[in-house]
Amino acid sequence: MLAKRIIPCLDVRNGKVVKGVNFEGVKDIGDPVQCAYEYNLQGADELVFYDITASHEGRGLFLDVVEQTAKKVFVPLCVGGGVSSVEDFRKTLRAGADKVSINSSAVKNPQLISDAAAIFGSQCVVVGIDAKRDGMGGFTVYINGGRLDMKRDLVEWVKEVERRGAGEICLNSIDTDGVRGGFDIEMLNAVVSSVRIPVIASGGAGKLSDFADVFKKTNCSAALAASLFHFGELTVSQVKDDCRKNGIEMR
Amino acid sequence: MIAIIDYGAGNIFSVQNALDSINAEYILTNDENIIRKSDGIILPGVGAFKAAMDKLNSSGLVPVILEQAKQKPFLGICLGMQMLFEKSYEFGECKGLGLLKGYVDLIEEKDLIVPHMGWNKLEISQNCRLLDNIGENPYVYFVHSYKAFCDDDVLYAYCEYGSSVPALVSDGKFVFGAQFHPEKSGNTGLKILSNFVDMIGECK
Repeated sequence: MLAKRIIPCLDVRNGKVVKGVNFEGVKDIGDPVQCAYEYNLQGADELVFYDITASHEGRGLFLDVVEQTAKKVFVPLCVGGGVSSVEDFRKTLRAGADKVSINSSAVKNPQLISDAAAIFGSQCVVVGIDAKRDGMGGFTVYINGGRLDMKRDLVEWVKEVERRGAGEICLNSIDTDGVRGGFDIEMLNAVVSSVRIPVIASGGAGKLSDFADVFKKTNCSAALAASLFHFGELTVSQVKDDCRKNGIEMR
Repeated sequence: MIAIIDYGAGNIFSVQNALDSINAEYILTNDENIIRKSDGIILPGVGAFKAAMDKLNSSGLVPVILEQAKQKPFLGICLGMQMLFEKSYEFGECKGLGLLKGYVDLIEEKDLIVPHMGWNKLEISQNCRLLDNIGENPYVYFVHSYKAFCDDDVLYAYCEYGSSVPALVSDGKFVFGAQFHPEKSGNTGLKILSNFVDMIGECK
C-alpha cells in the first residue's frame, strides 16, 4: 500500500535556514544542507526548501543549497519560492530538485502550469495554494504570502490546476496556519474531493496527534510542517511512530 | 563505465548524484560508440511516453540500444522502464522498444489518486541480482500515472496500488526496468543501484 508522507519544510534566506533548527544534542543548525540531512535520518519522506530571499545573490546561494543537498540526500526534494518562469523551473531542476512548487506565479499566470507540465512533466509541477474562508461557506485563494485576496474560488482553482497538468497540490490554510490547533480538515476535504491528484496538507500542525488526525479525517496524501520540526518540539520519527500506532501506513 | 543515455528526456541529475554517492563511474552520452564501449547502460526518462520515444527515435540511438541491451546490463528507470515494453496507450498508441513483452496503460481504478506518487512497499515475486540484500518488503519511491501490463515471467517485484503495479521487470538476462526511482528511494534505492553496478563488474 502507498504510505502517507511526512514532509518537513525549511525556509531559507540568503542560503541559511531562517529560524535555525534545534536537533537533539545539536543546537541551532543554520546550514540547510545539514538540516536536510538530519531530517533524512529521522525518516522524512520528502523535503521542501522554500526560498524567501528577495535578492538575486540570495537566489544563487539558494540554488547552491539545493545542489549540495541533492548530492547528499536521496529522497524527493521539492523546491519553491521565487519561481515564475519556465526558465526558473529549468534552473531549479538543474540544481537537482525533483519537484518545483509555484504559488502566486501560478495564480497570476496559470499558463505556467501548462507549460512546465508539458516541458518537464507533471510529476515535477507542484502548485502551492494559500486559501482562507470567505465568510459565506466557501474558500478563496490568496497570493503574496497570504496578503492579497484574489477573490478566486478555491475549488474552481484546484480544478483548473489539475486540468492544466499539475502533479500535486500543497494546500495551506491561512485560517489554521500558525494557530497550531490542527490541520484544516474542512478545507482539505473540499479540495481532496474535487481533484484526483495528490494533496499535501499544510498549516496548523501543533501537536503529535494532529498528523494521525488529518490522515484519518481526510484523504490527503501527505502532511507538511515547518516550525514544529524546526524547533525540535517533535521529530519526524515521533510523528511517523504515532501515525503507525493509529493504523496509518508509513514508510 | 556506465553509459547514461542522454536524449533530452531524462531525470539525469538525480541519477548522476546517486551514482556519485556509490562511487560508480558513468558518462552521460548520446554517442553510439561510447554506448557500445560501455559496460552497462542506464536509460532514464520522465514525462510522456510518446514525446520521449520521439526524442529517442530522432536521436538515432534505438538500433544501438536494441543491440547492446542483449549484451550488457541495461536498466530503464521510470519512463525508461515503460519504454522497454512493446507499446503504450498514453495519448494514443505508440510503439516502444519491445525488449520486454507487454504494454503500458493508464492506472484507472476508481477513486484512486493519480499519479501514484510516494513510497510504496515492494513485494518480490522472483529473486534477481538487483534485489539482493535489500531486506523484506522495503519501501521505494514511485511517481507515475501509467503502468506496465505484463506476464508473470518478466515480473520480479510489484507493489499494491488499487491492483498490482509492476515495479521491477526483467528479461531474466541483461534487461531490467524499475518503475520506481532507485535514485530517490533512500538507502534501498542506492543498494539496488550498487547491485546493478556489481552486476556490471561481474559481467565484464
